[in-house]
Amino acid sequence: MSLDSTSRNQGALAAPLLNVRGVTLQYKTKEHLVTATYRVDFDVCKSDRFVLLGPSGCGKSTLLKAVGGYIKPVEGKISLRGDEVVEPGPDRMMVFQEFDQLIPWKTIKENILFPLKIAGTMNKRAMEEKAMSYLEKVKLTQFSDVFPHMLSGGMKQRVAIARAMAMEPDILLMDEPFAALDALTRRKMQEELLQLWEDTKFTVLFVTHSIVEAIIIGTRILLLSPHPGQVKAEFNSHMHGYQTQDQPEFADLQDKIHKMLFADVIEEGESHAR
Amino acid sequence: MPDEYVLSERPEYIRETLDAGKIGDIRQPLTLWEKISNISVLRKSVILLLLAALWQGYALWADNPLIFPTFKDTIIAFFDALVHGGLLSRTMVSLKLLVMGYAAGIALATVMTIFAVSSRIGSDFLDTLTSMFNPLPAIALLPLSLLWFGLGNFSIIFVLIHSVLWPVSLNMHSGFRGVSNTLRMVGHNYGLSGWGYISKILVPAAFPSILTGIKIGWAFAWRTLIAAELVFGVSSGQGGLGWFIYENKNEMEVAYVFAGLLTVILIGISVENLIFRNIENRTVRKWGMCVLSE
Repeated sequence: MSLDSTSRNQGALAAPLLNVRGVTLQYKTKEHLVTATYRVDFDVCKSDRFVLLGPSGCGKSTLLKAVGGYIKPVEGKISLRGDEVVEPGPDRMMVFQEFDQLIPWKTIKENILFPLKIAGTMNKRAMEEKAMSYLEKVKLTQFSDVFPHMLSGGMKQRVAIARAMAMEPDILLMDEPFAALDALTRRKMQEELLQLWEDTKFTVLFVTHSIVEAIIIGTRILLLSPHPGQVKAEFNSHMHGYQTQDQPEFADLQDKIHKMLFADVIEEGESHAR
Repeated sequence: MPDEYVLSERPEYIRETLDAGKIGDIRQPLTLWEKISNISVLRKSVILLLLAALWQGYALWADNPLIFPTFKDTIIAFFDALVHGGLLSRTMVSLKLLVMGYAAGIALATVMTIFAVSSRIGSDFLDTLTSMFNPLPAIALLPLSLLWFGLGNFSIIFVLIHSVLWPVSLNMHSGFRGVSNTLRMVGHNYGLSGWGYISKILVPAAFPSILTGIKIGWAFAWRTLIAAELVFGVSSGQGGLGWFIYENKNEMEVAYVFAGLLTVILIGISVENLIFRNIENRTVRKWGMCVLSE
C-alpha cells in the first residue's frame, strides 16, 4: 500500500484539512496491550463528510478519539491544518454516542453557551445570538431553558450537534451519534444532519458501523478491517443520499462494501440491516 | 411442526383519525384532592399527627408518667424548658460544638479527597483509611480523646471530626470517581484543564455524591455529639442537649427527658427538610441527577 493511494483526484484538490499518516494506536486493558489500528492513512478535505466505516473491533472509535486528541499515536502523525494534534481542543468538537454528553446542571441554552464562554472569543450578546441561531437550526428554540434530563434521546443528540456546531470547529467529530436512537428518529436525524450540512458546509468525520448510514451520510467512505484496524478501501459516496437509495448503484456500493467487510470475517455476529 | 401456521388473508385498512378537539381535553387538570395529596409536606404532617395521637393514646392507657409521659406533658415540659429551663441555651451549646466539628470534618474530608483524586497512591491511602475507620464508632474514641485532650470542648470536636471525616470523604471520593467518562471527555474537548476542569466539570458532576456525603456526615455528627454529651457531661460550665437529657433522667423528670429527645428529633427533621431538601431541590433534583422518588 503506497502512501499516495489515499490521495484524491476528484475536483479541485485543496490541501487536506486533516492529515492522518501511518497512525498506529494502542491502548491498555487490565491484561493486554491492544493494538487498535495499524498504520492508518487518510486525508479529510474541507467540507468533506468523511465516514470511518467498519465492524466492531476495527478501531474506528479509537481513531476518532486520537483525532480528538485523547489518545496519542504510538507511531505516525495526525495533523490538522498542518499542526500536529497533541491534546483535545475546541477546534475539533466531538459529538458522542452517549446521551449523557450534555451537562446536566446547565439548561439547553447554557449547554451551548458553555464552550463558547470558555473559548472567550466573543462578547456576551454575540454568544447568545450564536447559541440561539444554532438552537433554531436544530429546531429546539422552545426548549432553550429546559434541563437536559427533560429531553428525549434524539433531542439530546440534536443539542449536542448544535453545541458542537456553534463552536464552528475546523472539523466536527461524530462518534456513532445516532447509534443509540430508535430507527425512526435515526432516519430523521440523518436527514437533519444533511440539511445542516447544506446550510453551512461544515467538515465532519463520522464514525458508524452501518453501511447504509455511511453511504447516505458520507461523501467519502474509509473502510477499515478489524483486529487491528487497517485501511481496506476508500470510496466516493457523495452522489448517494436518500434520493438514490433505490438506484442500483446504491445497492451495488452497499454490496461491494458488505462483501469487502465480511470477506474474511464471518464469525462477526453483527447484523447489517439494509 | 405440530401446529402448522395457516396464513389467512385479512383485509387491510386505513383510517381517518379523529380531530383531537372532538375527543375532549387531552390534558385535564388534576382535581383539588389530587393536588393536595401530591404535597409531600402535607402527607408527612399527617403522619406526624397520627404518631402524636398514637403516643398520647398509649401514654393515657399505660398511665405511668414516670416511665412514659403523655404527648401533652412532653409538649408542656418542652415549652417550660424552653422558657425557664435553659433548653435553648443548652441546644445552642450543642449546636455550636456540632458546627465546629462538622465544618472541620468536611474541610479535612475535602483535603483528603483532593489528595485521593490527584494520585493513585492517595486514592489507595484514602481507601485503606476509610475502610479502617469508617466502621469504628466515633464514640469509641471518646475515652482516648479525653485522655489526650482533657475535659475541654476539643475532646468532643475531635470525636465529631472522626464521625464526619470518613463517611464524607468516602462519598466525595466515589462521587469524583463516578464522573462519567463522556463528561470528562466533553470537558477536555472544551479545552478545560487544571482548576477550571475540576471546578466546572468534576465538582458539579460529583455533586450528588458530595451532597449525600454531607447529609450522612450531618446525621453521624449529630448522633455522635448527643452520645458524647451523655457520656462526657458538662464541659466548661454548661452542658449541651445530651447532658440536659442525662440530668433530667437523674432527677426522674421523665417528661423533660422526652422534651430533650424531642428537641434532638426536631433539629434533625428541620435541618433535613429545610436545609438539605432545599439544596437538593435547587441542584440535583432540578438537574435530574438523582433517582430519589418524591
